[in-house]
Amino acid sequence: MELPLLHLALVGTPNSGKTSLFNALTGSRQKVANYPGVTVERKEGFFVTPLGRQVSVVDLPGTYSLRGRSPDEEITRDFVLGKATGETVPDLVLCVADSTNLRLTIRLLLELKRTGRPMILVLNMFDIASRRGISVDVERLAKELGVPVVTSIAVRKGGTADLLALTDEISAKLAAEPQENSWRALGVAELRATQREADRIIADCVSLPARPDTWTARIDAVVLHPVGGLIVLALILFVMFQAVFAWAQPLMDLLNNGFDALGEFVHATLPAGLFQSFLQNGVISGVGSVIVFLPQIIIIFLFILLLEDFGYMARAAFLMDRIMGGAGLHGRAFIPLLSSFACAIPGIMATRVIDNKRDRLTTILIAPLMTCSARIPVYTLIISAFIPAKDVWGFINLQGLVMFGLYATGIASALAVSFLIKFFMLRDYAPAPFMLELPDYKMPRLKSIAIGVYTRAKMFLHRAGTTIFSMMVLIWFLASFPQPPAGATEPAIDFSLAAIIGKALEPLLAPVGFNWQIAVALIPGMAAREVAVAALGTVYAIEGGKEAAEQIGQVLSTKWSLATALSMLAWYIFAPQCASTLAVIRRETGSWTWMATTFAYMLVLAYAASLVTYNVAVALGAG
Amino acid sequence: MTETNDTRPHMPLGLALRGYTGIIQHLSAKDAGSALSEIELESRLIELGFVEGARVEVLHEGLVGRDPIAVRVDNITIAVRRREAMAIIVA
Ligand SMILES: Nc1nc2c(ncn2[C@@H]2O[C@H](COP(=O)(O)OP(=O)(O)OP(=O)(O)O)[C@@H](O)[C@H]2O)c(=O)[nH]1
Ligand SMILES: [Mg+2]
Repeated sequence: MELPLLHLALVGTPNSGKTSLFNALTGSRQKVANYPGVTVERKEGFFVTPLGRQVSVVDLPGTYSLRGRSPDEEITRDFVLGKATGETVPDLVLCVADSTNLRLTIRLLLELKRTGRPMILVLNMFDIASRRGISVDVERLAKELGVPVVTSIAVRKGGTADLLALTDEISAKLAAEPQENSWRALGVAELRATQREADRIIADCVSLPARPDTWTARIDAVVLHPVGGLIVLALILFVMFQAVFAWAQPLMDLLNNGFDALGEFVHATLPAGLFQSFLQNGVISGVGSVIVFLPQIIIIFLFILLLEDFGYMARAAFLMDRIMGGAGLHGRAFIPLLSSFACAIPGIMATRVIDNKRDRLTTILIAPLMTCSARIPVYTLIISAFIPAKDVWGFINLQGLVMFGLYATGIASALAVSFLIKFFMLRDYAPAPFMLELPDYKMPRLKSIAIGVYTRAKMFLHRAGTTIFSMMVLIWFLASFPQPPAGATEPAIDFSLAAIIGKALEPLLAPVGFNWQIAVALIPGMAAREVAVAALGTVYAIEGGKEAAEQIGQVLSTKWSLATALSMLAWYIFAPQCASTLAVIRRETGSWTWMATTFAYMLVLAYAASLVTYNVAVALGAG
Repeated sequence: MTETNDTRPHMPLGLALRGYTGIIQHLSAKDAGSALSEIELESRLIELGFVEGARVEVLHEGLVGRDPIAVRVDNITIAVRRREAMAIIVA
């Protein structure tokens, strides 16, 4: 007889290893990192137990209680209580604990027991606990709690074997009739009593040696030093942006030369005509010009992943709390904003951990101002074409310095916007509390970093192959048709639809120094920011005709004035050019108004910044 | 976990300097001046392990106004602002 699907849910305090366990059980690759509040959505996965039972397991955001203070905690509460629409209540709740830190989880477990759901306590991270000499009397703990207890090491192969065996054992005898749910939000007195009870049980069943994690203490002595800590933070960010430029260059040159060779090969082997032009100008010059930036994307993700896995993110939030508070931002906003350097979309999702609505909204509104990795191609292209690659003070790469400056401008304007929001819109603002667990440092795990980088690289290439590719086909088409009449003397592209559209828009953009080619590139750039680079690649390649084997950077340096280039950089610091980000803002704020507001304010800032930059540059003789 | 330190004067944790160690005597959210309601603040503090009898140590402080502080509560480290820490009475 086929047994029905068994529904498991992973519940526990933040950072206890729920997602690691989920990945271990189901073979998924959900995001794992060493700070509280990584998971902000529910994710379902499937596996089969050793005895052949089909299981669905749901990973949930971490929470300290079922009160649901912030959007992520509400997801967990609603799922456990079966309030979420269209969801089945879990048959078995896996309450996941960090074994080195049982107090808070045991209290949560005592609260969870009131929901009447069958439960297992999973003592995860048991490897760390053993190393620190913590010993747990598992049998006694199970008896005191009235819940089966099992140890696990989510990140080690075979570390979940006991859990799997226990799941089989328990699922065989799960009572069919629903248990009574007597849960209601705990009052302060009950909460206190529950914590007392938890502490009593722990005192009876767990022996904690006085051997704290000395590494964490030593590192924190430097990293959380009031002054030294900020210097370290600034250094980390500086090295990160330098690295994006300096370390990636050799690989990028290699890719660049590869695509050039490929373009020339196509040019030489295929007969001249539309198909040759499509491959050479549309695909290779267009999509290729974006793929070249893969090394940079990998480096920025590598840095962010390392910081996340090591446990530094929560420290950075601690250091920045009061400083960001001056601009009306909450300390918890730091992690979403730093993630936005990779991409604003996960950054905006991560704001779910902020419980105060206004703090959350402000963070969402400014997250797109953080320089996301999709802007790197645009910045890099223009910087390498216009800024000389020399060293200043002997060791700092000037191009890297300009890059750092662009990032810094993004950050500064985000802070300024947040300050204005606080000042004009949210006057009666009272600072919401900042309370955050600072987890012990963990050595970043090579495998999870590798998987993280690989996933991001794959996503980037996938985008290059789909969104960017289809945009390029469109642009190539627009730039190639209609074909010039016979005997025309002007360049063929002047007769194309692209030129017609671009020239129609040109008057609007002329004050900021953009020509019609840029106007054409900006529109498809809405789909993804990198498309602008690809579009310029294609438009100039078609325009250039035969000598198009030239790299797009070289073309730009001859076709644009320095003022135009600087104006374009300024535009990209602000421009709201990403449809998916706008869609996420709409979803997370639940409002079209806020989406429209973001679009409008960024567009206005972009235009204003470019206008000023262009005119100042022209006045200084860079026109 | 029911130790008390009767010999020392009671004070809010929000006034403690780096290096301070003590035992939580009680919570008193109404004097803290937090944006949260009394009940909410107290619940959150308890949920992070700030209950009577717990050992606390101020490990680190921020740059601006020595705020926030990183507090060791038994065997975990929690960052809180001084404003909220005013609700935690220690000795
Ligand atoms: N040594 C060791 N590390 C673990 C174990 N389980 C998880 N980790 C690490 O603990 C950290 C947190 O793991 P996550 O799986 O992201 O925790 P989570 O409970 O999903 O966290 P939230 O989504 O923030 O609630 C990561 O750095 C993991 O690599 C374990 O059994 N042993
Ligand atoms: Mg998680």
